[in-house]
Amino acid sequence: MADASTKSVLTAPVFKNNPIALQVLGICSALAVTTSMSVSLVMTLAVIFVTAFSNLFVSLIRHHIPSSIRIIVQMTIIASLVIVVDQVLKAFAYEMSKQLSVFVGLIITNCIVMGRAEGFAMQNGPKMSFIDGIGNGLGYGFILMTVGFFRELFGSGSVFGFTVLETVQNGGWYVPNGLLLLPPSAFFIIGLIIWVLRSFNPEQIEENEFKMKHNTEPKEAV
Amino acid sequence: MAQSNNSIKKILTVAFALCIVCSVIVSTAAVALRPMQQLNQELDRKTNILRVANLYERGMDVEAAFREITPRVVNLATGEYSDRHDPETFDGFESRRDPAASRTLSGERDPAGLSRVENYATVYLVGDTDNPDQIILPIRGQGLWGLMRGFLAVEGDGNTIVGITYFEHSETPGLGAEVNNPRWQAQWEGKQVFDGEGELTPAIRVAKGSGSGDHEVDGLAGATLTANGVNNMLQFWLSPEGFGEYLAKFRSGVDQEDAQDADVELEAEGA
Repeated sequence: MADASTKSVLTAPVFKNNPIALQVLGICSALAVTTSMSVSLVMTLAVIFVTAFSNLFVSLIRHHIPSSIRIIVQMTIIASLVIVVDQVLKAFAYEMSKQLSVFVGLIITNCIVMGRAEGFAMQNGPKMSFIDGIGNGLGYGFILMTVGFFRELFGSGSVFGFTVLETVQNGGWYVPNGLLLLPPSAFFIIGLIIWVLRSFNPEQIEENEFKMKHNTEPKEAV
Repeated sequence: MAQSNNSIKKILTVAFALCIVCSVIVSTAAVALRPMQQLNQELDRKTNILRVANLYERGMDVEAAFREITPRVVNLATGEYSDRHDPETFDGFESRRDPAASRTLSGERDPAGLSRVENYATVYLVGDTDNPDQIILPIRGQGLWGLMRGFLAVEGDGNTIVGITYFEHSETPGLGAEVNNPRWQAQWEGKQVFDGEGELTPAIRVAKGSGSGDHEVDGLAGATLTANGVNNMLQFWLSPEGFGEYLAKFRSGVDQEDAQDADVELEAEGA
């Protein structure tokens, strides 16, 4: 990883090593904030900002972080950045911050941010770490936007708030799928995305950890 | 390197320096952005007032629409308007802790769990101030998890409800937070607060399960305690302890206005 090129550090997390699809991190917020695309977009930008700068700062002081308190140090940096993001959203995008409510604050607990600080920024230089943070934020955002697109389009018949499919409630023809507005639907969509990504990149498919046994035959049970 | 990094002195230095730097950043952001946040909250409050009055449309100019609405400060004890405070700046909610401007409540007189209530409150009048189309009352009370603050809009007769909305609450999303579900809010429209002439005790209540008649609205499935909170705060704020005296003036005024209207119509017909 250390000698990887800038471009691969930036783009690899989007498809090849996607934090949600391959590492299956940060699922909670992906379920919660993807009911509409504009909310997903703001969440994506917030996560990119936090991941990039937490990586940068952790990397800058990585030679001075005592290993015994390194997690707390990373956490403090991440938490401060998240509070700044939260304050900025409250000042400049109040409606959006009301919709995102606790999920901005919960970026602190987003495994992606912590994972990249601990897994990449502690071993790499500031520039690479910053780019890696942006890359992973983009990977997270890619999934968020895709899920948000399907949920908003089929759940409320619109894209970015613009009506595409006129819903029955507004006198149109489209009967919206209520399930897509509920968090479980994001599980299905993320599952499908993982399926698609692994079909194109078969090397992502993991070995089975165990084999299923045959069902018990009726004869054996007696 | 790793050795010196793990010395107690180094650990304490790093921890201390980090805390200082981070706290400076966080507090700078909080202080520098506060004026804009307050502006946003103010706008949000106005939006909520317009929304409860059914005047809000997406993307409208909130400030312009708010010019139709006049805030007035009401003395809760007498129900009269008061000129002691500037309605533009007076905040009844803030004054609830001021011993000179509030009173304590306890026991049965405090169904909404407020413990202190202000003597003066700001109401918002839509249209003509002497004969308003709508009266918007601030209400608050304990829900399940904490204080719920909202607005109740009644028509100029001081009796017919236009809408209810909460702008601040900490109820459970999907259950208690459904108080802000438009479908639940819609059933408030047209309900009557009081039953009969001269009655000062509010008859409106949130039913357990589905409500019926002019004075009942459906409860919230899975959020009985939130629904109780809504019910209790209405009992308080619409009683003589709250806006009861104030609303009574509009209700007694109804007959006269109706009579006047009827006269005008007769004249019109006669002409």
